[in-house]
Amino acid sequence: MKNIWIIFAKEMKSYFSSPVAYILLTMFAVIFGFFFWNMVGFFVIEGAEMMASGQMGSMNVNEQVVRPLLGNASVLGLFFIPMITMRLFAEEKRTGTIELLATSPVRDIQIILGKWLAAVGLYACMLLFTAINFAFLFHYGNPDWKPLVVGYLGLLLQAGGLLAVGTFISTLTRNQIIAGAATFGACLMLWVFAWVSGYDTSTWASVLSYLSVVTHFDSFGKGVIESKDAIYYLTVIFLGLFFTARSMESLRWRS
Amino acid sequence: MITVKELTRKYARTTAVNHISFSVAKGQIVGFLGPNGAGKTTTMRMLTCFLPPTSGTATVAGFDVLEQSLEVRKHIGYLPESPPLYQDMETVDYLRFVGRLKGLAGTELEKRVDYVIGRCAVADVKTKLLGKLSRGYRQRVGLAQAIIHNPDVLVLDEPTAGLDPKQINETRELIKDLAGEHTIILSTHILPEVEQTCEQVIIINKGEVVATDSVANLQARARGVETVALEVAAAPGGVLDPALVQQKLSLVPGVAQVLVKSQRDGAAVFETENRKGELKRGDLARAVVAAGWELNEMRPEAMSLEEIFLRLTGSEATMEPEAPLAEGPPEEVAAQPEAAHAEEEEPQA
Repeated sequence: MKNIWIIFAKEMKSYFSSPVAYILLTMFAVIFGFFFWNMVGFFVIEGAEMMASGQMGSMNVNEQVVRPLLGNASVLGLFFIPMITMRLFAEEKRTGTIELLATSPVRDIQIILGKWLAAVGLYACMLLFTAINFAFLFHYGNPDWKPLVVGYLGLLLQAGGLLAVGTFISTLTRNQIIAGAATFGACLMLWVFAWVSGYDTSTWASVLSYLSVVTHFDSFGKGVIESKDAIYYLTVIFLGLFFTARSMESLRWRS
Repeated sequence: MITVKELTRKYARTTAVNHISFSVAKGQIVGFLGPNGAGKTTTMRMLTCFLPPTSGTATVAGFDVLEQSLEVRKHIGYLPESPPLYQDMETVDYLRFVGRLKGLAGTELEKRVDYVIGRCAVADVKTKLLGKLSRGYRQRVGLAQAIIHNPDVLVLDEPTAGLDPKQINETRELIKDLAGEHTIILSTHILPEVEQTCEQVIIINKGEVVATDSVANLQARARGVETVALEVAAAPGGVLDPALVQQKLSLVPGVAQVLVKSQRDGAAVFETENRKGELKRGDLARAVVAAGWELNEMRPEAMSLEEIFLRLTGSEATMEPEAPLAEGPPEEVAAQPEAAHAEEEEPQA
C-alpha cells in the first residue's frame, strides 16, 4: 500500500509540475463549459417557446440538460484519455528509468496500480472542474442531485477502464506518440462499435455493441446504477491492469 | 556476498551469458571486464533482478535473485549504463523518491538524502531539474541514488562512460571511496579503470568467463612476457633491408619472435618478444652494431594489461586495430557458435 502511494504521489507530482495537467484541465473545462452553455441555452429557449405557445409540456433539467451533458462528457473523455496515459510507461522505457523501478523492492503490480491511480486521479480532477457548471444549475434551478452523482460515478468508471487500456498500451512501446495514437484508436473503436446496433441486429452486432464503452454509460447517464454496466467497466479495468502486469513481466523476459 | 553459479541467459536466437560462475567476497571491488556485447550488462541485470536468468542461480547477500527477488533488491544498489533520472524532477526530490522506493522514510530518509548529497558532491545542483544537469552531475546523482539505502552490494554498469577525464578521475575516486562500506561490482571495457580501481577482475567474452584473477596477478602475468622495441637505421649512405634485420635479431639468444612495427627510408622499428629472463639486452644492441647498422633507440616494453586482455578475449574486440596480435587466441577462449552474435547492449530495456 505504501509503495502504491509512493508511485502515485510521484506520478501526480509529475503531471502537475509540468504544463500537462493544466492544459488538460483547461481544455476539458473549456469544452465541457461550451457544451453546458449550449444545452442550457437550448433548454431556456425551448422553455420560453413553450410558455409563449401556452403548451404545458414537461420540462426537466435532469432529462434535458444533465443527461445529454454527461453523455457528451463520456465521449469527450475518449479524446483526453490517451494524453493522460501515453507517457506512463513509454517514457520510463525510453529514458531507462524503468530499470530503477524494476530493480527497487517494489512489486510490479504496485507500480502499475500507482500509475493507473494517478491517471484516474488526474481525470477525477478534470471532472471536478466541470462541477462548477452544475453549481450554476443548482443555484438557478432545482435539479435532482442523485442522478448527477451517479453520472459522475459512471464517467469515472468508464475512464478507469479506458485508462487501464491506455496504461497497457503504454507498456508496449517506448514511443509516447505511438502509445498515444494507439490508445486513441482503441478508445474511438470502443466508442463507434455501438453504431452497428443501429442498423444490424445479428449476434455479431450485439456483441460489438456490448463491447462499446459508450452503450454502458447510458444507464449511469440516466442516474441508474445497472449492475451489468458497472460489472462491464470493472471488467475492463481488471483486464487492462491484468494485461499491463503480463506485459511488464514479459518486458523482463524479452528485454 | 555475491555467488553466481552456471548463470545462463538466452535471448530468442542468441546466448548472451553462457554458464558463468564466479563469486565476490564482502567488501571487495570487482571489475567486470569485456568488450562491448560480451554480456556484462545482461549479467548485471540478472544480479539486480531486472532480468530473470534462463538457468543457473545467483545469490546476492544470501538471497536468491529469482526466489527472493524483493530481498535482493533491498540489498542492492544499481546504476545502469545511463543513469535512470526523471528529467522533470529536482535532484533532491528525486533522491527522496528513490529513497522511499527503497523503503526509507521520515528522518532516516532525510538523513540519508543529505548524506548522499554530500558524499557524491551534488549539493550545487540540489534544486536543479535533472534534465538540465551536465553529464558528470547526472552520473553522480546516479551514484547517489544507488547508495541511498546503504546497500550491501553496489552494481555499477560502465560508471565512467561518457565522462571527461577529470570527471572520470573524480568518479573513480568516489567509487574507490565507497568500496570500504559496500561490495562493488563494476563493468567496464576500459582497462586502466580496472587497474586503478579494482582488486579483482573478471574478464568475460562472448558470454563466458575467460579469466578471474586479482589485478596484481594479472599484472604479474603481464610481466611474464617481455618485449623490446628497437629502432634500427642503416649506416650513413646505406640502405636498410628490414627482412635482414629481422633475421639477424631473431638469432639473438632469448628472442622468440621479431616483428616489424614500422619502416621508413633508411630506418625501421622492430619489436622482439623474448622469453623471460633469457635475453641480455646488450646482445641485442651488439647484434645490431656488429652488422653495421645504427641503433637509434632501444626500450623495454612490458606487455600491458590491454594486450593480455586482447589475448584472452581473442582479437575482434574494441581495442585499437594496430595492437599487436602475435598469436592466435589461446585455448581458454572456446568459441561457442551460438554465442557468436552476442546481444547488442542497449541502455534501455
